[in-house]
Amino acid sequence: MSVRPHHCTLDLGDTAFTIEFGDRIDPVLQNQVRALDLAIDTARQRGELEGIIETVPTFRSLTVIYDPLVTSRKALTARIAHILDEADEAATAEPRHWRLPACYEGDAAPDLEDVARRIDADTATVVQLHAGTEYVVYMLGFLPGFPFMGDLPERLRLPRRTEPRVRVPAGSVAIATGLTAIYPWESPGGWHLLGRCPVRLFDPTRSDPALLQPGDRVGFFPVGRDEYDALATELESGRIDPHRWCDVGAASIGQAQS
Amino acid sequence: MSAALAIVSAGAYASVQDKGRFGFRRIGVPCSGTLDPNLLAIANALAGNPAGHPAIECFDGGQQFEAEHGAVRVAIAGEVRLEITGPDGPRAAAAWRSHVLEPGDTLRIIRMERGRIALVAVSGLAIPDQMNSASTYVRAGLGGWQGRALRPGDRLPAAAADAAPARSLPQPLQYDNDPIRLVLGPQHTHFDAAARETFLGQTYTVSAAADRMGMRLEGEPIRHDPERGQEIVSDAIVPGAIQVPGNGLPIVLLADAQTAGGYPKIATVITVDLPRLAARRPGDQVRFVAIGASDAEAVARRQADTLARTVESIRLIASEGVDLTALYQNNLVGGVVDALRSDHDA
Repeated sequence: MSVRPHHCTLDLGDTAFTIEFGDRIDPVLQNQVRALDLAIDTARQRGELEGIIETVPTFRSLTVIYDPLVTSRKALTARIAHILDEADEAATAEPRHWRLPACYEGDAAPDLEDVARRIDADTATVVQLHAGTEYVVYMLGFLPGFPFMGDLPERLRLPRRTEPRVRVPAGSVAIATGLTAIYPWESPGGWHLLGRCPVRLFDPTRSDPALLQPGDRVGFFPVGRDEYDALATELESGRIDPHRWCDVGAASIGQAQS
Repeated sequence: MSAALAIVSAGAYASVQDKGRFGFRRIGVPCSGTLDPNLLAIANALAGNPAGHPAIECFDGGQQFEAEHGAVRVAIAGEVRLEITGPDGPRAAAAWRSHVLEPGDTLRIIRMERGRIALVAVSGLAIPDQMNSASTYVRAGLGGWQGRALRPGDRLPAAAADAAPARSLPQPLQYDNDPIRLVLGPQHTHFDAAARETFLGQTYTVSAAADRMGMRLEGEPIRHDPERGQEIVSDAIVPGAIQVPGNGLPIVLLADAQTAGGYPKIATVITVDLPRLAARRPGDQVRFVAIGASDAEAVARRQADTLARTVESIRLIASEGVDLTALYQNNLVGGVVDALRSDHDA
């Protein structure tokens, strides 16, 4: 049985519209987004919905980008209304579960002590809280392959740093508000850095350039500095496939759409 | 060694772009691609390339190129002042047509006469696709030439120029200063009626912060509805989306903008007007006018037809400026060129 979730359709110019299920960060909304994304992908694989260029799932909405020379907003929204009726949240593919290594030590964890102080705990507790939780990948954005994941345990929720860093190293495992992320690239950033993950999150030479997909579940296991360095070397040389840390429940939604 | 176009100067900014990289916004990769698809299509047609072939997108002039290891055919679309320097010294050259640079010849974009962007197409420019596109996205080092903006000393592989006659666009493309059309939404309801009136009623000025990621506008700030707040839970962005951060001054997001953002987007510039907007320089004025989404789609379809007709109007010319297409059509010369048959319909 499927219940058509509450939603509205918002204008986004002449090549896109956004189907919005709510205005908060919530795994329930993310699941509705994912269900619709999957249903649209399935319909496209059947040859339907001609003119869609790509879809963009976010925390609480799905944006459909299309070619107005091939189709129209009116034609697509009418068809997608039927798809929404049929989209069954329970039928979304079983998510992939990842357990990724993270080093929560020394210069790999520049904000660990500060975060511990702020929440009045010791660093071991912070690591335990962060690594001991499984997060949902809500969406990818900000940078290619950057996963917005949540929800953090209540105790770890802190506002962003008042002074953003000019350079956050690639691989940094970071927290802010109710979310956690791994920086795929060195970039500026205002989140608190708890650790470092040696796995490359974005690689344009892979058939799926982004390691993580919206809807994936991600946990961490702490590794010491030596093991981190060893893993980084093995990963870099290709002797370790990062998918060893992935428990595949089912195939994920196809990535490159055209 | 095969022919190449060497970058002598990259001017204000130059990068390799095609129509864009599609299908990867779901993993946070912007579409990139040229800010002016009209100029891309025209430049490629003039150079004898397929419509979506990668070309060199040049900002604000100053770029200089040199043919190496063979003659190279280039074509320039844009309102530019050009100069070609050969063994006999510099000579003025026309835009909106192709030129053959002999080895050692240089082409210089002295300045933009109007607008900000010129597209330099190179016959047989060989830039491999990365993730389905040759467009440069600097932030992730994707596409283009080594994933970055062009620099002096870069040598872009190209086809050796053949003896084909030059091609020319009879009527240059020009953009007017009319208001930029937009579709309200997705978050226009985060602004009350007075704020929306201010947004649509005032004349904005393009600030100095205007590049491939976006264009910041200066004017009277507009206030967010205090009940809705100044931030949203991030949702998707497309080029043309106008986000309004807490300072109340709009930013029009362009091809290299990130794929999602957390500021309310009051409206989205229609795709047809994005090149018109991107042509405006810092200090230029911008006014907006709202139209409906289905009207905007109709505008997009009309513009596609207009661009197709513009490309069809391209003619062959002999190097000394004789209009070969006109000669062929007047049956003064035999053997009408198939590719130009559509000229008979014009």
